[in-house]
Amino acid sequence: MPQTTETISLEVLRYRPEESAEPEWQTYEIPLRRDWMVLDGLNHVKDTLDGSLSYRWACRMGVCGSCGMMVNGRPTLTCATYLAALPPGPVRVEPLSGFPVIRDLVVDLRDFLDKLRSVKPWLVRDEEKPLADGEYLQTPEQLAEYKPYSMCINCLLCYSACPIYALEPDFIGPAAIALAQRYNLDSRDQGAAERLDVLSQHQGIWACTFVGECSAVCPKGVDPAGAIQRYKVGATAQWWRSLLLPWGKR
Amino acid sequence: MNPAYQPYHPKWHRKRMPIFWWLGQLPYVKFITRELTSLAVGYAVLLLLAEVWAVARGAAAHARFLGFLAAPPVLAFHIFVCAALVFHSVTWLNLAPKALVLRLGGRRLPDWMVVAGHYFLWLVASLVVVWYLHGGF
Amino acid sequence: MRRSREPFFWALFSSGGMLAALVLPALAIYLWVARPLGWVQAPTSAEMAARMAPLLVRLVLFVLIALGLFHWAHRFRYTLYDGLQLSHLYGLIATICYGGATVLTVVAAWTLWRFP
Repeated sequence: MPQTTETISLEVLRYRPEESAEPEWQTYEIPLRRDWMVLDGLNHVKDTLDGSLSYRWACRMGVCGSCGMMVNGRPTLTCATYLAALPPGPVRVEPLSGFPVIRDLVVDLRDFLDKLRSVKPWLVRDEEKPLADGEYLQTPEQLAEYKPYSMCINCLLCYSACPIYALEPDFIGPAAIALAQRYNLDSRDQGAAERLDVLSQHQGIWACTFVGECSAVCPKGVDPAGAIQRYKVGATAQWWRSLLLPWGKR
Repeated sequence: MNPAYQPYHPKWHRKRMPIFWWLGQLPYVKFITRELTSLAVGYAVLLLLAEVWAVARGAAAHARFLGFLAAPPVLAFHIFVCAALVFHSVTWLNLAPKALVLRLGGRRLPDWMVVAGHYFLWLVASLVVVWYLHGGF
Repeated sequence: MRRSREPFFWALFSSGGMLAALVLPALAIYLWVARPLGWVQAPTSAEMAARMAPLLVRLVLFVLIALGLFHWAHRFRYTLYDGLQLSHLYGLIATICYGGATVLTVVAAWTLWRFP
């Protein structure tokens, strides 16, 4: 008995600079399988329909952060979005917005990587403990302080959702600030003052106007918006303290 | 073929942000509406100042001010301003737990408790304001 | 790198926003909706003057007006930068917003100090 397979249309925004100066839509008909994610659809296209389609992916299970793309206008991890769960009709797949497009669905992430490096996302110590002293111990409460911010997989969906990042190219961005907080709030870290120098610039936390979309699209529940607001309160308190009590420790 | 393309010198595509980007998606519309309530706050405090000034100038000036408040288009506009102020309060208080992390005995207070505390404060402040305006204490 | 002066304005913005959120709706509904519609007994002019006269009340009013104005200034400044993409007019917008707020705060201070 012949089995009719349901199909779905994938409308992909292609960009091939050697073909055309502007991006162009291309539609592919792919089978609609109940258990397929958008990423499976793209892999099907690349394997059987059009090998020239370029995109990033790796773990296919939502922990590497490689496969972020705009699906129907919303930044999502394509490995975590079921085709069948999307509204009926063609599925629009575009490269992550806010970043320059290199080719098809591949975007240039170097701006983020530079900004991430600038917030020193590692444990900064004034003095390292000698090995003989053993490990740095941490209570569960101390771990809970920064644990959500350590869940960031650098998928950059938050940068895509943030209108400020699109409007102000120098804005450091949600993930960089959340990761700075991950270290600032870590009891083993002593680098908060160094990070403050970077974050207290105008293009640091102050460009953020708490749109909140970064936290809404984050697939790992990092809540960068919350991290930024908490940091604003802390930085403001510290600024006033250093103004009114300048003899205190900076 | 793209005649402007130079082999091995790829041209990256940068999309320009449209001026009305905030009309494109519902979360952005809600965001801009929320931000525009700052105009209602500014207007409200200036109207308050205007009444202080009218009262200072005497009963006749104050009566004119009250007449202004009662005019139907002004009243309609002020109802809109009040709605905007309430929207400001609701959105502001709902976001309070994001900025304020309170600890009690080592445990972090859950978000709903922080929000509830703020709403309670809002209720108390409102009652104090109304009571004072009504002539109490 | 020189640190930004934003924390100063942000402190005014956030305290103004909190104060406005807690106090303005009740004030606005009572004074500008309920009173003109006759839902509440309107205080006479002399009674209003008596309400506004105590120094503490005038101080509270001044704080409310000043913080409300600076809340508007800071927030509207960013709304113009982001909503209308006017960040190239950074200096001009900052001057108009904070300058306007300062001028009106001075007017409020003068009016309340010399009341009635």
